[in-house]
Amino acid sequence: MDSFSLLMQGLVTAMQPMILLYALIGVTLGTAVGVLPGIGPALTVALLLPVTYGLDPAGSLIMFAGIYYGGMYGGSTTSILLNTPGESASIVTAIEGNRMAKAGRGGPALATAAIGSFVAGLIATLLLAFLAPQVVKLALTLGPREYFALMVLAFVTVSATFGDSALRGLTSLFIGLALACVGIDGLTGAARLTYGVPQLMDGIETTTLAVALFAIGEALAVAAMLQPPDGMHKIKGSVRMTATDWARSWKAWLRGTFIGFPIGSMPAGGADVASFLSYAAERKLTKHPEEFGTGAIEGVAGPEAANNAAAAGTLVPLLTLGLPTTATAAIMLAGFQQFGLQPGPLLFVMNAELVWGLIAALLIANVMLVILNLPLIGLWIKLLSIPRPWLYGGILLFATLGTIGVNPSPVELGMLILFGVMGYGMRLYGYPVAPVVVGLILGPMAEQQLRRALAIAQGDWTTLVATPVSATLLGISAVFLVVPMLMRLRGRGQVLSQVAGDAD
Amino acid sequence: MRQGSSPERRPRGAAFVIAAGLTGLAVMLLVDAAGLRQDGGYAGVGPADVPRIVAYGLLVLAGLTVLVGVKGDLPRPPRQAPAPVLWILGGLGLQLVLLHVVGFVLSGALLFGMTARAFGQRPLWKNVAVGLVLALVIYGIFDRLLRLNLPGGPLEMLIFRG
Repeated sequence: MDSFSLLMQGLVTAMQPMILLYALIGVTLGTAVGVLPGIGPALTVALLLPVTYGLDPAGSLIMFAGIYYGGMYGGSTTSILLNTPGESASIVTAIEGNRMAKAGRGGPALATAAIGSFVAGLIATLLLAFLAPQVVKLALTLGPREYFALMVLAFVTVSATFGDSALRGLTSLFIGLALACVGIDGLTGAARLTYGVPQLMDGIETTTLAVALFAIGEALAVAAMLQPPDGMHKIKGSVRMTATDWARSWKAWLRGTFIGFPIGSMPAGGADVASFLSYAAERKLTKHPEEFGTGAIEGVAGPEAANNAAAAGTLVPLLTLGLPTTATAAIMLAGFQQFGLQPGPLLFVMNAELVWGLIAALLIANVMLVILNLPLIGLWIKLLSIPRPWLYGGILLFATLGTIGVNPSPVELGMLILFGVMGYGMRLYGYPVAPVVVGLILGPMAEQQLRRALAIAQGDWTTLVATPVSATLLGISAVFLVVPMLMRLRGRGQVLSQVAGDAD
Repeated sequence: MRQGSSPERRPRGAAFVIAAGLTGLAVMLLVDAAGLRQDGGYAGVGPADVPRIVAYGLLVLAGLTVLVGVKGDLPRPPRQAPAPVLWILGGLGLQLVLLHVVGFVLSGALLFGMTARAFGQRPLWKNVAVGLVLALVIYGIFDRLLRLNLPGGPLEMLIFRG
């Protein structure tokens, strides 16, 4: 059956009232956490994992994807009005968007961000639907060594390629890999680093680590800041875009989409990278270079389209290969595993209805999001008036709720505090947090593929580069590791540090 | 989150502490790996090998961190206010100790109140009162409706099972 008819069947699944409800809850929560500073989609999905344990798998996964999409929409609001990005993929939006708000053009800035996100989300989700079956066909030809090479590539791009220091990125990754060693070895059953503590047998919970690093680390860092953040800009005038705004936006939306989707779908970094590249492209191509830095609408339209397209793109390797390339995708993978589902080529065969329902639900979620974000924008801005003490008090209460829900033991809460302090320290000294989470989830998978590959080749390490595909992938990994280092040595590192992938 | 720099703090001490931490983690991995029965099978790579590789990686990174520290390349964090950090950690610590004694609602209310206090909200008793209401609602929704198993104490017994 071709993608089109599968997608139509998916739409039938997705139109069930319960599924629509899950999607609505997801996009609403996603927009809310995108708007609120301090919590991003990665953290929200991590918090909801234990809560959804007893719920419908398809519905829960649709809800998670809705949160991811919604986070990308909502993040622009705080960037534009407050100059504090709600999540990392909206950092670039703040550059031009906040200037527009200062100049009283906050309304059109919000509109171009929302409509751009819609256009990009729509196109990118359709691309996902038509590309995924092709990647699945390809994935079936890959063996353990190719998977291992793909994971090495993901490790490198997540940790060392972007950001301002390959050393700090790799350090974060290796901390994650070290934590991944805790627990029972998947192939031999040997207990590693458990020190006789039964709670450690299953390894370190993804939820606990993610919640500690993202929520507690962030809360500590914000609480310890001495300067209060910027004030909010009221929206003056109309939210409507003028004819000129439309004319200047639509090309930026399309360019952003076609920059964002490939970036997201290759293991080459997430939405934050895409949004930065789109911004750079818009600045090069614009007919109004004088407006850049003072509020150019293309500088909002492009990156906002790009980050939504990249979020959809991230689902391609996640669903077809089981390969998460961002922290949010890593936690969504944990969500699949919680329901006993293993993303990868077989998912499209064994759970075709679920996968196509998920993809179709994303199309519907996208329509919900544009409705939530344009006419109802005033409602979301009200969220920003929650005083910070209540907001962070609530975040910490929910953060511990997630951990207690999984495992109400002092050991688990102790780890939560320990990793929270670690996350605070990492923020202080500029260590990125996302590679730790990706390392924890991908580490055991990479180890298993490596050992399987070596077992097939009877211990011959050259097997890892014996096929063109695996050799090429490892070669690309080496290039992604070495070239940015050379760029930094030559003092051209600012470009990379601006693309720093931080949270989501 | 990128933060501005302020020159009054020396970065080197921090680099050495980080390097020491990484070395400590590497040593833990190596010691544990040494105690594992090596069972490589056909792969020739057993459960102890990957932890070893990770440990060697960590040692290299620790060495490089020391080099960076000597050169002074580590970002300098802005001045931090220690009191709010202690309020939050205190709240988390109290929750850990009290969770199974007084239950989720009371320990959660304390955590909420102390976190709000860390962000400058006073008085503390009022914060805890707000937290108590919120924690009760959360307990009601998640434990009763969604069947998440949250530890109950005397208060939960009184309100929900009384």
